[in-house]
Amino acid sequence: MTRDLARRHSPAPGLLTRWVILGLIGVLFALPILSMVEFTLRGGLEGGYTIDRWVTVFTGQLGPEYRQLWVAIGNSLLLAVVTVAIMLVLLVPTMILVHLSFPRLRRVLEFVCLIPISIPAIVLVVGLAPVYGVISRAAGSGVWTLAFAYGILVLPYAYRAIQANLDSVDVKTLSEAARSLGANWLTVMFRVIVPNLRRGLLAASFIAVAVVLGEFTVASLLNRVNLQTALLIVNKADPYIAAIFALLSLLFAFLLLLVIGRVGSAPRKGAQ
Amino acid sequence: MAGTPRRNRRGVPLVRYLGLAPFGVYVLIFLGLPTVLAVLTGFFDGDGNLSTTNLEALFDPVILGKFWASIWLSALTAIVGAIVGALACYALIETKPDGALRSIVDSASGVLAQFGGVMLAFAFVSLIGVQGVLRVFLLDTFGIDMYATGVWLYEVPGLILPYIYFQVPLMIIVFLPALEALRPQWAEAAATLGGTRLTYWWRIGIPVLSPSFIGSVLLLFANAFSSYATAAALTSQGQGIVPLQIRAALTSETVLGRENLAGALALGMIVVMVIVMVLYSVLQRRASRWQR
Repeated sequence: MTRDLARRHSPAPGLLTRWVILGLIGVLFALPILSMVEFTLRGGLEGGYTIDRWVTVFTGQLGPEYRQLWVAIGNSLLLAVVTVAIMLVLLVPTMILVHLSFPRLRRVLEFVCLIPISIPAIVLVVGLAPVYGVISRAAGSGVWTLAFAYGILVLPYAYRAIQANLDSVDVKTLSEAARSLGANWLTVMFRVIVPNLRRGLLAASFIAVAVVLGEFTVASLLNRVNLQTALLIVNKADPYIAAIFALLSLLFAFLLLLVIGRVGSAPRKGAQ
Repeated sequence: MAGTPRRNRRGVPLVRYLGLAPFGVYVLIFLGLPTVLAVLTGFFDGDGNLSTTNLEALFDPVILGKFWASIWLSALTAIVGAIVGALACYALIETKPDGALRSIVDSASGVLAQFGGVMLAFAFVSLIGVQGVLRVFLLDTFGIDMYATGVWLYEVPGLILPYIYFQVPLMIIVFLPALEALRPQWAEAAATLGGTRLTYWWRIGIPVLSPSFIGSVLLLFANAFSSYATAAALTSQGQGIVPLQIRAALTSETVLGRENLAGALALGMIVVMVIVMVLYSVLQRRASRWQR
Protein backbone atom coordinates (compact mmCIF):
# COMPACT_ATOMS: atom_id res chain seq x y z
CA MET A 1 0.00 0.00 0.00
CA THR A 2 1.44 3.35 -0.98
CA ARG A 3 0.33 6.37 0.95
CA ASP A 4 1.15 9.84 -0.18
CA LEU A 5 2.85 12.19 2.23
CA ALA A 6 -0.22 14.32 2.94
CA ARG A 7 -2.17 11.35 4.21
CA ARG A 8 0.65 10.27 6.47
CA HIS A 9 0.58 13.64 8.15
CA SER A 10 -3.06 13.22 8.98
CA PRO A 11 -4.25 11.32 12.06
CA ALA A 12 -7.44 10.37 10.20
CA PRO A 13 -8.10 6.69 9.54
CA GLY A 14 -7.71 5.26 6.06
CA LEU A 15 -10.77 5.14 3.84
CA LEU A 16 -11.18 1.40 4.36
CA THR A 17 -10.85 1.57 8.16
CA ARG A 18 -13.30 4.46 8.28
CA TRP A 19 -16.01 2.66 6.34
CA VAL A 20 -15.50 -0.67 8.10
CA ILE A 21 -15.98 1.00 11.50
CA LEU A 22 -18.92 3.14 10.43
CA GLY A 23 -20.50 0.27 8.51
CA LEU A 24 -20.24 -2.14 11.43
CA ILE A 25 -21.65 0.32 13.96
CA GLY A 26 -24.31 1.40 11.49
CA VAL A 27 -25.51 -2.15 10.91
CA LEU A 28 -25.53 -2.99 14.64
CA PHE A 29 -27.55 0.13 15.34
CA ALA A 30 -29.95 -0.46 12.47
CA LEU A 31 -30.76 -4.00 13.66
CA PRO A 32 -33.19 -3.18 16.52
CA ILE A 33 -35.02 -0.64 14.38
CA LEU A 34 -35.22 -2.95 11.38
CA SER A 35 -36.46 -5.75 13.58
CA MET A 36 -39.16 -3.39 14.82
CA VAL A 37 -40.15 -2.71 11.20
CA GLU A 38 -40.20 -6.47 10.58
CA PHE A 39 -42.38 -6.87 13.65
CA THR A 40 -45.01 -4.42 12.36
CA LEU A 41 -45.16 -6.36 9.08
CA ARG A 42 -45.64 -9.81 10.59
CA GLY A 43 -48.74 -11.72 9.53
CA GLY A 44 -50.89 -13.16 12.28
CA LEU A 45 -50.93 -16.84 13.23
CA GLU A 46 -50.63 -18.01 9.60
CA GLY A 47 -47.22 -16.30 9.31
CA GLY A 48 -45.97 -14.41 6.28
CA TYR A 49 -45.97 -10.64 5.94
CA THR A 50 -48.64 -8.01 5.52
CA ILE A 51 -48.70 -4.23 5.25
CA ASP A 52 -52.32 -4.08 6.42
CA ARG A 53 -51.49 -2.37 9.69
CA TRP A 54 -49.56 0.44 8.03
CA VAL A 55 -52.45 0.89 5.58
CA THR A 56 -54.90 1.03 8.49
CA VAL A 57 -52.86 3.70 10.26
CA PHE A 58 -52.34 5.85 7.19
CA THR A 59 -55.91 5.65 5.90
CA GLY A 60 -57.27 6.67 9.27
CA GLN A 61 -59.14 3.40 9.77
CA LEU A 62 -57.96 2.86 13.32
CA GLY A 63 -60.85 1.87 15.52
CA PRO A 64 -62.27 4.05 18.29
CA GLU A 65 -60.19 2.11 20.83
CA TYR A 66 -57.19 4.10 19.58
CA ARG A 67 -58.82 7.44 20.25
CA GLN A 68 -56.66 7.85 23.34
CA LEU A 69 -53.59 7.65 21.11
CA TRP A 70 -54.75 10.67 19.10
CA VAL A 71 -55.59 12.46 22.33
CA ALA A 72 -52.07 11.68 23.56
CA ILE A 73 -50.48 12.98 20.36
CA GLY A 74 -52.56 16.13 20.72
CA ASN A 75 -51.41 16.46 24.34
CA SER A 76 -47.77 16.06 23.38
CA LEU A 77 -48.04 18.66 20.63
CA LEU A 78 -49.81 21.06 23.00
CA LEU A 79 -47.06 20.47 25.58
CA ALA A 80 -44.41 21.12 22.95
CA VAL A 81 -46.00 24.45 22.03
CA VAL A 82 -46.46 25.60 25.65
CA THR A 83 -42.92 24.50 26.56
CA VAL A 84 -41.43 26.47 23.68
CA ALA A 85 -43.55 29.46 24.72
CA ILE A 86 -42.28 29.20 28.32
CA MET A 87 -38.72 29.02 27.02
CA LEU A 88 -39.16 32.02 24.75
CA VAL A 89 -40.97 34.15 27.35
CA LEU A 90 -38.94 33.30 30.46
CA LEU A 91 -35.50 32.08 29.44
CA VAL A 92 -34.69 34.18 26.37
CA PRO A 93 -35.32 37.68 27.84
CA THR A 94 -33.37 36.67 30.95
CA MET A 95 -30.41 35.49 28.89
CA ILE A 96 -30.40 38.71 26.85
CA LEU A 97 -30.72 40.84 29.99
CA VAL A 98 -27.86 39.02 31.68
CA HIS A 99 -25.77 39.27 28.53
CA LEU A 100 -26.34 43.04 28.23
CA SER A 101 -26.62 44.29 31.80
CA PHE A 102 -25.32 41.68 34.23
CA PRO A 103 -22.32 39.99 32.63
CA ARG A 104 -21.16 38.91 36.08
CA LEU A 105 -24.30 36.82 36.54
CA ARG A 106 -23.55 34.84 33.42
CA ARG A 107 -21.77 32.03 35.31
CA VAL A 108 -24.68 31.83 37.75
CA LEU A 109 -27.24 31.61 34.95
CA GLU A 110 -25.18 28.98 33.17
CA PHE A 111 -24.89 26.95 36.36
CA VAL A 112 -28.64 27.13 37.01
CA CYS A 113 -29.49 26.16 33.44
CA LEU A 114 -27.17 23.15 33.52
CA ILE A 115 -28.44 21.82 36.88
CA PRO A 116 -31.23 19.73 35.28
CA ILE A 117 -28.52 17.56 33.68
CA SER A 118 -27.33 16.40 37.07
CA ILE A 119 -30.74 16.00 38.68
CA PRO A 120 -32.38 12.89 37.23
CA ALA A 121 -35.97 13.43 36.08
CA ILE A 122 -36.99 10.58 38.37
CA VAL A 123 -35.64 12.55 41.36
CA LEU A 124 -37.31 15.75 40.20
CA VAL A 125 -40.62 13.87 40.01
CA VAL A 126 -40.43 12.98 43.71
CA GLY A 127 -40.43 16.71 44.49
CA LEU A 128 -42.72 17.72 41.63
CA ALA A 129 -45.54 15.46 42.88
CA PRO A 130 -46.42 17.72 45.86
CA VAL A 131 -45.88 20.87 43.75
CA TYR A 132 -48.33 19.54 41.16
CA GLY A 133 -50.72 18.63 43.95
CA VAL A 134 -50.97 22.35 44.70
CA ILE A 135 -51.11 23.32 41.02
CA SER A 136 -53.98 20.90 40.33
CA ARG A 137 -56.01 22.52 43.07
CA ALA A 138 -55.26 26.01 41.79
CA ALA A 139 -55.26 25.61 38.01
CA GLY A 140 -56.93 22.25 37.45
CA SER A 141 -55.18 19.10 36.32
CA GLY A 142 -55.01 20.09 32.66
CA VAL A 143 -52.19 18.35 30.86
CA TRP A 144 -50.69 21.67 29.73
CA THR A 145 -49.44 22.41 33.26
CA LEU A 146 -46.80 19.69 32.70
CA ALA A 147 -45.10 22.16 30.38
CA PHE A 148 -43.74 24.01 33.43
CA ALA A 149 -41.76 20.91 34.38
CA TYR A 150 -40.74 20.35 30.76
CA GLY A 151 -39.45 23.89 30.55
CA ILE A 152 -36.96 22.89 33.26
CA LEU A 153 -35.99 19.68 31.43
CA VAL A 154 -35.15 21.56 28.22
CA LEU A 155 -33.17 24.32 29.99
CA PRO A 156 -29.68 22.85 29.40
CA TYR A 157 -30.29 22.26 25.68
CA ALA A 158 -32.04 25.57 25.10
CA TYR A 159 -29.40 27.47 27.05
CA ARG A 160 -26.55 26.03 25.01
CA ALA A 161 -28.20 26.67 21.65
CA ILE A 162 -29.10 30.27 22.50
CA GLN A 163 -25.82 31.09 24.27
CA ALA A 164 -23.79 29.90 21.28
CA ASN A 165 -25.77 32.32 19.13
CA LEU A 166 -25.46 35.17 21.67
CA ASP A 167 -21.68 34.71 21.71
CA SER A 168 -21.40 34.82 17.93
CA VAL A 169 -23.31 38.10 17.54
CA ASP A 170 -22.17 41.36 19.09
CA VAL A 171 -25.53 42.01 20.74
CA LYS A 172 -24.12 44.72 22.98
CA THR A 173 -22.89 46.97 20.17
CA LEU A 174 -26.03 46.34 18.14
CA SER A 175 -28.32 47.32 21.00
CA GLU A 176 -26.23 50.37 21.93
CA ALA A 177 -26.29 51.50 18.31
CA ALA A 178 -30.07 51.11 18.21
CA ARG A 179 -30.45 52.91 21.54
CA SER A 180 -28.30 55.83 20.38
CA LEU A 181 -30.54 56.14 17.34
CA GLY A 182 -33.46 56.62 19.69
CA ALA A 183 -35.00 53.14 19.74
CA ASN A 184 -36.77 52.12 22.97
CA TRP A 185 -36.14 48.78 24.66
CA LEU A 186 -39.04 47.02 23.00
CA THR A 187 -37.81 48.04 19.57
CA VAL A 188 -34.27 46.95 20.42
CA MET A 189 -35.54 43.60 21.61
CA PHE A 190 -37.85 42.73 18.74
CA ARG A 191 -36.36 44.59 15.78
CA VAL A 192 -32.64 44.20 16.59
CA ILE A 193 -31.82 41.38 19.02
CA VAL A 194 -34.42 38.73 18.23
CA PRO A 195 -33.81 38.79 14.44
CA ASN A 196 -30.09 38.30 15.12
CA LEU A 197 -30.78 35.38 17.44
CA ARG A 198 -33.17 33.71 15.02
CA ARG A 199 -30.91 30.73 14.43
CA GLY A 200 -30.29 30.00 18.11
CA LEU A 201 -33.97 30.46 18.97
CA LEU A 202 -35.01 28.13 16.18
CA ALA A 203 -32.52 25.44 17.20
CA ALA A 204 -33.55 25.76 20.85
CA SER A 205 -37.23 25.46 19.92
CA PHE A 206 -36.67 22.37 17.80
CA ILE A 207 -34.63 20.61 20.46
CA ALA A 208 -37.31 21.52 23.02
CA VAL A 209 -39.97 19.95 20.78
CA ALA A 210 -37.86 16.80 20.39
CA VAL A 211 -37.30 16.50 24.15
CA VAL A 212 -40.99 17.06 24.95
CA LEU A 213 -42.21 14.52 22.37
CA GLY A 214 -39.83 11.92 23.84
CA GLU A 215 -40.59 12.64 27.49
CA PHE A 216 -41.90 9.72 29.52
CA THR A 217 -40.68 9.85 33.13
CA VAL A 218 -42.50 12.92 34.43
CA ALA A 219 -45.77 12.33 32.58
CA SER A 220 -45.89 8.69 33.59
CA LEU A 221 -45.28 9.24 37.29
CA LEU A 222 -47.60 12.25 37.53
CA ASN A 223 -50.29 10.20 35.76
CA ARG A 224 -50.64 12.48 32.76
CA VAL A 225 -51.20 11.17 29.24
CA ASN A 226 -48.68 12.05 26.56
CA LEU A 227 -47.40 10.31 23.45
CA GLN A 228 -44.89 8.08 25.25
CA THR A 229 -47.14 6.98 28.10
CA ALA A 230 -49.95 6.25 25.61
CA LEU A 231 -47.59 4.15 23.48
CA LEU A 232 -46.92 1.97 26.48
CA ILE A 233 -50.64 1.53 27.15
CA VAL A 234 -51.45 0.82 23.50
CA ASN A 235 -48.56 -1.64 23.47
CA LYS A 236 -50.45 -3.84 25.93
CA ALA A 237 -53.53 -3.97 23.71
CA ASP A 238 -51.89 -4.00 20.28
CA PRO A 239 -48.08 -4.03 20.19
CA TYR A 240 -48.08 -3.78 16.38
CA ILE A 241 -49.84 -0.43 16.28
CA ALA A 242 -47.69 0.83 19.17
CA ALA A 243 -44.56 -0.13 17.23
CA ILE A 244 -45.79 1.68 14.11
CA PHE A 245 -46.40 4.87 16.08
CA ALA A 246 -43.04 4.54 17.84
CA LEU A 247 -41.31 4.25 14.46
CA LEU A 248 -43.21 7.22 13.07
CA SER A 249 -42.35 9.41 16.07
CA LEU A 250 -38.72 8.31 15.78
CA LEU A 251 -38.69 9.29 12.12
CA PHE A 252 -40.31 12.62 12.95
CA ALA A 253 -37.69 13.38 15.62
CA PHE A 254 -34.89 12.38 13.23
CA LEU A 255 -36.17 14.77 10.55
CA LEU A 256 -36.58 17.50 13.17
CA LEU A 257 -32.93 17.14 14.23
CA LEU A 258 -31.79 17.06 10.59
CA VAL A 259 -33.46 20.45 10.20
CA ILE A 260 -31.69 21.69 13.37
CA GLY A 261 -28.39 20.53 11.88
CA ARG A 262 -29.12 22.45 8.68
CA VAL A 263 -30.08 25.56 10.65
CA GLY A 264 -26.98 25.26 12.82
CA SER A 265 -24.49 24.68 10.04
CA ALA A 266 -25.53 27.67 7.97
CA PRO A 267 -22.53 30.00 7.54
CA ARG A 268 -21.54 31.54 10.83
CA LYS A 269 -19.28 34.50 11.33
CA GLY A 270 -16.47 34.87 13.83
CA ALA A 271 -15.49 31.25 14.42
CA GLN A 272 -12.98 32.29 17.08
CA MET B 1 -9.94 48.21 36.00
CA ALA B 2 -11.16 48.58 39.58
CA GLY B 3 -13.64 51.31 38.66
CA THR B 4 -15.35 49.43 35.87
CA PRO B 5 -17.58 47.02 37.80
CA ARG B 6 -18.65 49.71 40.26
CA ARG B 7 -19.70 52.10 37.57
CA ASN B 8 -21.36 49.25 35.80
CA ARG B 9 -23.33 48.39 38.87
CA ARG B 10 -24.44 51.97 39.44
CA GLY B 11 -25.13 52.45 35.76
CA VAL B 12 -27.73 49.69 35.77
CA PRO B 13 -31.06 50.99 37.04
CA LEU B 14 -32.41 48.97 39.93
CA VAL B 15 -35.60 48.31 37.97
CA ARG B 16 -33.67 46.13 35.59
CA TYR B 17 -32.99 43.63 38.33
CA LEU B 18 -36.75 43.07 38.32
CA GLY B 19 -36.34 41.72 34.80
CA LEU B 20 -34.58 38.73 36.30
CA ALA B 21 -37.50 38.02 38.61
CA PRO B 22 -39.87 36.02 36.35
CA PHE B 23 -37.23 33.48 35.38
CA GLY B 24 -35.89 33.39 38.93
CA VAL B 25 -39.32 32.67 40.38
CA TYR B 26 -40.00 30.02 37.73
CA VAL B 27 -36.73 28.21 38.39
CA LEU B 28 -37.28 28.40 42.15
CA ILE B 29 -40.77 26.87 41.94
CA PHE B 30 -40.12 24.16 39.36
CA LEU B 31 -36.45 23.30 39.93
CA GLY B 32 -35.38 24.56 43.35
CA LEU B 33 -38.50 23.63 45.29
CA PRO B 34 -38.90 20.10 43.83
CA THR B 35 -35.23 19.35 44.43
CA VAL B 36 -35.41 20.52 48.04
CA LEU B 37 -38.70 18.67 48.57
CA ALA B 38 -37.32 15.49 47.02
CA VAL B 39 -34.30 15.57 49.30
CA LEU B 40 -36.14 16.73 52.44
CA THR B 41 -39.00 14.20 52.38
CA GLY B 42 -36.39 11.55 53.03
CA PHE B 43 -35.80 13.10 56.45
CA PHE B 44 -39.43 12.83 57.57
CA ASP B 45 -41.63 9.88 58.40
CA GLY B 46 -45.24 9.43 57.26
CA ASP B 47 -46.62 11.63 60.08
CA GLY B 48 -44.36 14.55 59.25
CA ASN B 49 -41.96 14.02 62.15
CA LEU B 50 -38.24 14.36 61.69
CA SER B 51 -36.82 10.87 61.52
CA THR B 52 -33.90 8.94 60.15
CA THR B 53 -35.73 5.68 59.39
CA ASN B 54 -35.82 6.42 55.66
CA LEU B 55 -32.15 7.30 55.59
CA GLU B 56 -31.37 4.12 57.46
CA ALA B 57 -33.27 2.31 54.72
CA LEU B 58 -30.59 3.52 52.31
CA PHE B 59 -28.23 1.15 54.10
CA ASP B 60 -30.67 -1.74 54.00
CA PRO B 61 -28.96 -4.58 52.11
CA VAL B 62 -31.85 -4.72 49.60
CA ILE B 63 -31.58 -1.01 48.77
CA LEU B 64 -27.78 -1.12 48.71
CA GLY B 65 -28.16 -3.96 46.23
CA LYS B 66 -30.31 -1.77 43.95
CA PHE B 67 -27.73 1.03 44.12
CA TRP B 68 -25.00 -1.48 43.33
CA ALA B 69 -27.02 -2.81 40.36
CA SER B 70 -27.59 0.74 39.10
CA ILE B 71 -23.92 1.60 39.51
CA TRP B 72 -22.47 -1.42 37.75
CA LEU B 73 -25.05 -1.22 34.96
CA SER B 74 -24.19 2.46 34.45
CA ALA B 75 -20.43 1.88 34.69
CA LEU B 76 -20.44 -1.08 32.30
CA THR B 77 -22.60 0.60 29.66
CA ALA B 78 -20.66 3.87 30.06
CA ILE B 79 -17.33 2.17 29.39
CA VAL B 80 -18.55 0.02 26.49
CA GLY B 81 -20.52 2.95 25.06
CA ALA B 82 -17.53 5.26 25.38
CA ILE B 83 -15.17 2.86 23.60
CA VAL B 84 -17.55 2.14 20.73
CA GLY B 85 -18.53 5.81 20.50
CA ALA B 86 -14.88 6.91 20.48
CA LEU B 87 -14.21 4.46 17.65
CA ALA B 88 -17.07 6.02 15.69
CA CYS B 89 -15.64 9.49 16.40
CA TYR B 90 -12.22 8.28 15.22
CA ALA B 91 -13.80 7.09 11.99
CA LEU B 92 -15.38 10.52 11.55
CA ILE B 93 -12.11 12.48 11.84
CA GLU B 94 -11.69 14.88 8.93
CA THR B 95 -15.13 14.31 7.53
CA LYS B 96 -16.74 17.60 6.53
CA PRO B 97 -18.63 18.99 9.58
CA ASP B 98 -21.49 20.18 7.38
CA GLY B 99 -21.38 17.25 4.95
CA ALA B 100 -24.23 14.78 4.49
CA LEU B 101 -22.51 12.00 6.49
CA ARG B 102 -22.01 14.18 9.56
CA SER B 103 -25.53 15.62 9.32
CA ILE B 104 -27.01 12.14 9.33
CA VAL B 105 -24.73 10.87 12.12
CA ASP B 106 -25.45 13.97 14.23
CA SER B 107 -29.21 13.74 13.84
CA ALA B 108 -29.33 9.98 14.32
CA SER B 109 -27.18 10.30 17.45
CA GLY B 110 -29.40 13.07 18.78
CA VAL B 111 -32.55 11.02 18.26
CA LEU B 112 -31.19 7.78 19.68
CA ALA B 113 -29.56 9.47 22.67
CA GLN B 114 -32.53 11.66 23.64
CA PHE B 115 -35.57 10.02 22.23
CA GLY B 116 -35.02 6.37 23.13
CA GLY B 117 -37.06 5.50 26.16
CA VAL B 118 -40.21 3.57 25.38
CA MET B 119 -39.30 3.06 21.72
CA LEU B 120 -36.03 1.33 22.67
CA ALA B 121 -37.87 -1.16 24.82
CA PHE B 122 -40.15 -2.05 21.87
CA ALA B 123 -37.16 -2.33 19.54
CA PHE B 124 -35.23 -4.70 21.78
CA VAL B 125 -38.27 -6.85 22.48
CA SER B 126 -38.74 -7.21 18.72
CA LEU B 127 -35.04 -8.05 18.30
CA ILE B 128 -34.22 -10.31 21.23
CA GLY B 129 -37.58 -10.89 22.88
CA VAL B 130 -38.79 -14.47 23.17
CA GLN B 131 -40.28 -14.16 19.63
CA GLY B 132 -37.62 -11.66 18.54
CA VAL B 133 -36.02 -11.84 15.10
CA LEU B 134 -32.49 -12.43 16.35
CA ARG B 135 -33.46 -14.89 19.05
CA VAL B 136 -35.56 -16.98 16.63
CA PHE B 137 -32.81 -16.76 13.97
CA LEU B 138 -30.09 -17.95 16.37
CA LEU B 139 -32.32 -20.73 17.67
CA ASP B 140 -33.47 -21.99 14.24
CA THR B 141 -30.15 -21.64 12.41
CA PHE B 142 -27.52 -22.47 14.98
CA GLY B 143 -29.56 -24.06 17.73
CA ILE B 144 -28.30 -21.42 20.14
CA ASP B 145 -30.84 -20.44 22.78
CA MET B 146 -30.01 -17.08 24.34
CA TYR B 147 -32.56 -17.81 27.02
CA ALA B 148 -31.36 -21.31 27.87
CA THR B 149 -30.93 -20.21 31.48
CA GLY B 150 -34.16 -18.21 31.59
CA VAL B 151 -35.40 -15.02 29.98
CA TRP B 152 -33.06 -12.26 31.18
CA LEU B 153 -34.35 -9.49 28.91
CA TYR B 154 -36.79 -8.23 31.53
CA GLU B 155 -34.24 -8.30 34.36
CA VAL B 156 -31.29 -5.97 34.98
CA PRO B 157 -28.94 -7.80 32.52
CA GLY B 158 -31.56 -7.19 29.81
CA LEU B 159 -30.97 -3.46 30.22
CA ILE B 160 -27.31 -3.71 29.17
CA LEU B 161 -27.89 -3.81 25.40
CA PRO B 162 -30.59 -1.10 25.27
CA TYR B 163 -28.47 1.13 27.51
CA ILE B 164 -25.39 0.71 25.31
CA TYR B 165 -27.69 1.56 22.42
CA PHE B 166 -28.33 5.04 23.80
CA GLN B 167 -24.85 5.51 25.32
CA VAL B 168 -22.92 5.20 22.03
CA PRO B 169 -24.85 8.04 20.33
CA LEU B 170 -24.39 10.25 23.40
CA MET B 171 -20.65 9.52 23.30
CA ILE B 172 -20.56 10.62 19.67
CA ILE B 173 -22.34 13.86 20.59
CA VAL B 174 -20.04 14.75 23.51
CA PHE B 175 -16.71 13.34 22.28
CA LEU B 176 -16.67 14.45 18.64
CA PRO B 177 -16.11 18.14 19.54
CA ALA B 178 -13.14 17.10 21.73
CA LEU B 179 -11.44 15.56 18.70
CA GLU B 180 -11.37 19.03 17.18
CA ALA B 181 -8.82 19.91 19.87
CA LEU B 182 -6.32 17.84 17.90
CA ARG B 183 -4.48 20.42 15.82
CA PRO B 184 -3.23 19.37 12.39
CA GLN B 185 0.10 21.09 13.26
CA TRP B 186 0.79 18.45 15.91
CA ALA B 187 0.42 15.68 13.36
CA GLU B 188 2.69 17.56 10.99
CA ALA B 189 5.24 18.17 13.73
CA ALA B 190 5.19 14.51 14.71
CA ALA B 191 5.59 13.46 11.07
CA THR B 192 8.45 15.93 10.55
CA LEU B 193 10.24 14.42 13.53
CA GLY B 194 9.84 11.01 11.97
CA GLY B 195 6.91 9.74 13.99
CA THR B 196 4.53 7.18 12.55
CA ARG B 197 0.79 7.36 12.86
CA LEU B 198 1.02 4.96 15.79
CA THR B 199 3.51 7.16 17.67
CA TYR B 200 1.29 10.13 16.92
CA TRP B 201 -1.67 8.50 18.64
CA TRP B 202 0.36 6.98 21.45
CA ARG B 203 2.43 10.08 22.31
CA ILE B 204 0.07 12.93 21.36
CA GLY B 205 -3.48 11.97 20.48
CA ILE B 206 -4.33 9.71 23.41
CA PRO B 207 -2.67 11.84 26.14
CA VAL B 208 -4.39 14.99 24.88
CA LEU B 209 -7.78 13.32 24.58
CA SER B 210 -7.76 11.24 27.73
CA PRO B 211 -9.23 13.91 30.08
CA SER B 212 -12.10 14.45 27.61
CA PHE B 213 -12.53 10.71 27.25
CA ILE B 214 -12.74 10.08 30.99
CA GLY B 215 -15.02 13.10 31.33
CA SER B 216 -17.30 11.64 28.68
CA VAL B 217 -17.34 8.29 30.49
CA LEU B 218 -18.54 10.12 33.62
CA LEU B 219 -21.23 11.91 31.64
CA LEU B 220 -22.37 8.61 30.17
CA PHE B 221 -22.40 7.10 33.63
CA ALA B 222 -24.63 9.93 34.86
CA ASN B 223 -26.84 9.47 31.84
CA ALA B 224 -27.39 5.76 32.45
CA PHE B 225 -27.70 6.19 36.19
CA SER B 226 -30.53 8.71 35.85
CA SER B 227 -32.26 6.94 32.97
CA TYR B 228 -35.74 5.65 33.72
CA ALA B 229 -37.98 5.31 30.64
CA THR B 230 -36.37 2.28 28.96
CA ALA B 231 -36.24 0.28 32.17
CA ALA B 232 -39.81 1.24 33.09
CA ALA B 233 -41.12 0.27 29.68
CA LEU B 234 -39.20 -2.99 29.58
CA THR B 235 -40.10 -4.19 33.06
CA SER B 236 -43.54 -3.10 34.16
CA GLN B 237 -43.18 -4.66 37.61
CA GLY B 238 -39.41 -4.83 38.05
CA GLN B 239 -37.51 -3.01 40.78
CA GLY B 240 -34.00 -4.05 39.84
CA ILE B 241 -32.45 -0.57 39.71
CA VAL B 242 -32.87 2.56 41.83
CA PRO B 243 -35.17 4.54 39.48
CA LEU B 244 -37.56 1.56 39.35
CA GLN B 245 -37.37 1.32 43.13
CA ILE B 246 -38.40 4.99 43.29
CA ARG B 247 -41.36 4.20 41.02
CA ALA B 248 -42.38 1.40 43.35
CA ALA B 249 -41.98 3.69 46.36
CA LEU B 250 -44.02 6.46 44.69
CA THR B 251 -46.86 4.25 43.53
CA SER B 252 -47.24 1.93 46.49
CA GLU B 253 -45.81 3.89 49.42
CA THR B 254 -45.06 0.72 51.35
CA VAL B 255 -41.75 -0.60 50.09
CA LEU B 256 -39.99 -2.24 53.04
CA GLY B 257 -42.84 -0.88 55.17
CA ARG B 258 -41.49 2.66 54.99
CA GLU B 259 -43.22 5.81 53.81
CA ASN B 260 -41.25 8.59 52.12
CA LEU B 261 -38.68 6.04 51.02
CA ALA B 262 -38.76 7.71 47.57
CA GLY B 263 -37.24 10.82 49.15
CA ALA B 264 -34.39 8.87 50.70
CA LEU B 265 -33.72 7.09 47.39
CA ALA B 266 -33.79 10.44 45.59
CA LEU B 267 -31.25 11.78 48.07
CA GLY B 268 -29.04 8.75 47.46
CA MET B 269 -29.23 9.30 43.69
CA ILE B 270 -28.37 12.98 44.07
CA VAL B 271 -25.33 12.14 46.20
CA VAL B 272 -24.02 9.79 43.49
CA MET B 273 -24.80 12.34 40.74
CA VAL B 274 -23.07 15.18 42.60
CA ILE B 275 -19.91 13.12 43.06
CA VAL B 276 -19.90 12.23 39.37
CA MET B 277 -20.59 15.78 38.18
CA VAL B 278 -17.89 17.27 40.43
CA LEU B 279 -15.34 14.83 39.01
CA TYR B 280 -16.63 15.72 35.58
CA SER B 281 -16.13 19.45 36.03
CA VAL B 282 -12.61 18.91 37.36
CA LEU B 283 -11.74 16.84 34.28
CA GLN B 284 -13.48 19.34 32.01
CA ARG B 285 -11.16 22.05 33.34
CA ARG B 286 -8.14 19.88 32.56
CA ALA B 287 -9.47 19.05 29.10
CA SER B 288 -10.16 22.69 28.24
CA ARG B 289 -6.42 23.44 28.48
CA TRP B 290 -6.10 22.00 25.02
CA GLN B 291 -9.30 23.39 23.61
CA ARG B 292 -8.54 27.10 23.67
